[in-house]
Amino acid sequence: MTPVERINSPAELGDLKRKVVSAIRSCATRVLVCGGTGCMANGSPAVLAAIQEALEKHDVPVRADIVSEDDEKAIGLGYSGCPGYCQVGPIVRILPADYFYVRVKPEDAEDIVTETVLGGKPVERLLLASEDGVKYAKRDDVPFYRNQVNVVLADCGVIEPGDIRDYIARDGYRAMAEALFGLTPEAVVAEVTESGLRGRGGAGFPTGKKWGFTQVVQSPKKYVVCNADEGDPGAFMDESIMEGNPHALLEGMIIAGYAIGADEGYIYVRAEYPLAIQRLRTAIAQAEQAGLLGDRILGGPFSFHIHIKEGAGAFVCGEETALISSIEGQRGMPRPKPPFPANSGLWGKPTVVNNVETFANVPRIILNGAEWFRSFGTERSPGTKVFALTGAVVNTGLIEVPMGTTLGDVVFKIGGGIRTGRPFKAVQIGGPSGACLTRAHLDLPLDYDSLKSVGAMVGSGGLVVMDDSTCIVEVARFFMSFTQKESCGKCVLCREGTKRMLQILEKIVSGRGKVEDISLLEEVALAVRDGSLCGLGKSAPNPVISTLTHFRDEYLAHIVDGVCPAGECEAFKNYTIIDEKCKGCGLCAGKCPVNAISGRPKSPYVIDTSVCIKCGACADACKFEAIALA
Amino acid sequence: MAQSAVLPEAGSKARRRFSRIQQIIEEYGATNSALIPILQKVQDEYRYLPEEILTFVATALDLPPATVYGVATFYAQFSLEPKGKHIIKCCDGTACHVRKNQPIIAAIRRRLGLADGRKTTEDHRFTFEIVSCIGACALAPAVVIDGVVHGQMTPEAAVKAIDEIDAADKAEVAR
Repeated sequence: MTPVERINSPAELGDLKRKVVSAIRSCATRVLVCGGTGCMANGSPAVLAAIQEALEKHDVPVRADIVSEDDEKAIGLGYSGCPGYCQVGPIVRILPADYFYVRVKPEDAEDIVTETVLGGKPVERLLLASEDGVKYAKRDDVPFYRNQVNVVLADCGVIEPGDIRDYIARDGYRAMAEALFGLTPEAVVAEVTESGLRGRGGAGFPTGKKWGFTQVVQSPKKYVVCNADEGDPGAFMDESIMEGNPHALLEGMIIAGYAIGADEGYIYVRAEYPLAIQRLRTAIAQAEQAGLLGDRILGGPFSFHIHIKEGAGAFVCGEETALISSIEGQRGMPRPKPPFPANSGLWGKPTVVNNVETFANVPRIILNGAEWFRSFGTERSPGTKVFALTGAVVNTGLIEVPMGTTLGDVVFKIGGGIRTGRPFKAVQIGGPSGACLTRAHLDLPLDYDSLKSVGAMVGSGGLVVMDDSTCIVEVARFFMSFTQKESCGKCVLCREGTKRMLQILEKIVSGRGKVEDISLLEEVALAVRDGSLCGLGKSAPNPVISTLTHFRDEYLAHIVDGVCPAGECEAFKNYTIIDEKCKGCGLCAGKCPVNAISGRPKSPYVIDTSVCIKCGACADACKFEAIALA
Repeated sequence: MAQSAVLPEAGSKARRRFSRIQQIIEEYGATNSALIPILQKVQDEYRYLPEEILTFVATALDLPPATVYGVATFYAQFSLEPKGKHIIKCCDGTACHVRKNQPIIAAIRRRLGLADGRKTTEDHRFTFEIVSCIGACALAPAVVIDGVVHGQMTPEAAVKAIDEIDAADKAEVAR
């Protein structure tokens, strides 16, 4: 890539933007291969290499980068960020025609070059097709996208995250320039407050208010911290933003720094996201080189520096005070609030802590105004929200919808319903701090207050859909084993309570539960909720409380009837002999320590489940795999 | 300098080892806030955190060894036990769990001969870890083998991948 020259004023930024836009327009064809974690794992690097090779073979020149206009006929080729539809990856997009190719393999490169790049036509077999054979040529035709509203993700999947000029071409850093040169810090805070933006990390605290608290504190040193420790299992929206549009995060942080009077920022990102870290490092280096970050931004008086801190694997560090302790080099243990970070945060200095998606919304708000932002979503939860839709739905991936979209629309219109064709059972929202929503909640609008009213929370935005083959007690056990492992151990009720709840849940799924365990579970859950210092402990019982509320019958089925209605829990399964596979050799009957197996040689044997002790000796002995747990 | 007191004899193997650690400390600066990045870098180098190095880092940063030990044991990323040559991680995020990763975990454990609790094979060639969400939820269930994410895994595919690594290693030794 040709290096970016230093930009010394907002006017020069505007000039560069015009130059890049015209360069992109002059590019007849631009091939963007998805470079998100999902598609990379699915083989997109091989696809990119194959396309490059095919282009060389056909003597099609490729631009060194998107702004090099030296060759009119040259085409653009590079990695984009994640367009969200991970299910059908690897995804290749062709601009400006906007063909949307799915499940692309290296073998398809030849056709992409001859038919699309040289021929100008789509490769039919690479287009997404509906069940009845309708082909969707363009991205916006695809049902998965048709019901979405992309604000934060608008540029993810369209721009090359590795080239700052691509971001500048789409009005990147213009909001920052407008704020730094046209607005007072107070006006920035007022605009963000007016927009009604609430923290996208889950709790939904008004962002403008948070900034206002920090702004008014008199201190020569303040910090902006980005919480990118997206630890919720089943959530990857922040990862995708960092990978696909890292500059939006940087720009949001710089604006926050200007608003509160800070000159330094930290991004605390999970070490489990190596690609995001790499893209952020590149983005920071390019922004510094371009004079959009660092000393005297755009030649003006404001300076701001951003550092990356890699997390070391502790879920509790998603809690802001624990995160601050971790940046300081200590164990990530939460501190009591007050004092709030706004007064005493990183190294005791006033600090604003916001999540990735929150920062990524800020440039849009400054650019388009608070009123524009309020045109999305609901009165008390304006804007959009990115959710990670996974589990038993047809379409998995990252989606962005206006706040207040109903759960049913997300699962059925965007998610395409249940992939197995089995009945929809529940959605787990908000990860280990969240709750299970059921069929009764399909009309529930997804916003902070509606979710709170049913004991759930937005959390970071993980939506895991389950069909009736998933055991709800097992799900509660799964989350409890997660929070129990991740409890930092500071509060006795969280440390001991999560362990006790886990033991009770383990007892129930292994078939040893008693009816009184349910009331004990409830008692412990409430004690942990009330007696813990931080969000982790306070919300750890949520999966238990919500499943007990909505699926009490399923708990009772395990305890009283001795069955797992979903047929998932091993303890409730019985060994049976598959007639078609059994040769009647009798080996199993000989191995059975309790003589539960009977039969005559050369015809299928039978297990008496009332005698069987489920030791599994018969299954190990069988040479024909005729004995299974069912 | 504070750290010179703990340096082993000049020219010894141990001394050479500590001089690398010294380099890492200088790179990040001997401040409290650099402790976690220093330990991360040390672990990159050794695949675990040897006890004598923890003591060395504590002295260099002028911290009580207990503080360094506390940090090293708090975070899941750090290991005080040597890890194997190949590291296999099975994601246990919600999406992977719902899409049935348990049989995969069982199959990998069986293939590597790891009974409950053990993470590394006796020959130190494989380490198997169950990790929290790696963010590849749309490809669930996911397994990471030596840093490469494999999506939509099955027990058979996981075992096959391990067989391939095993065969490649053995071929290398034979050569």
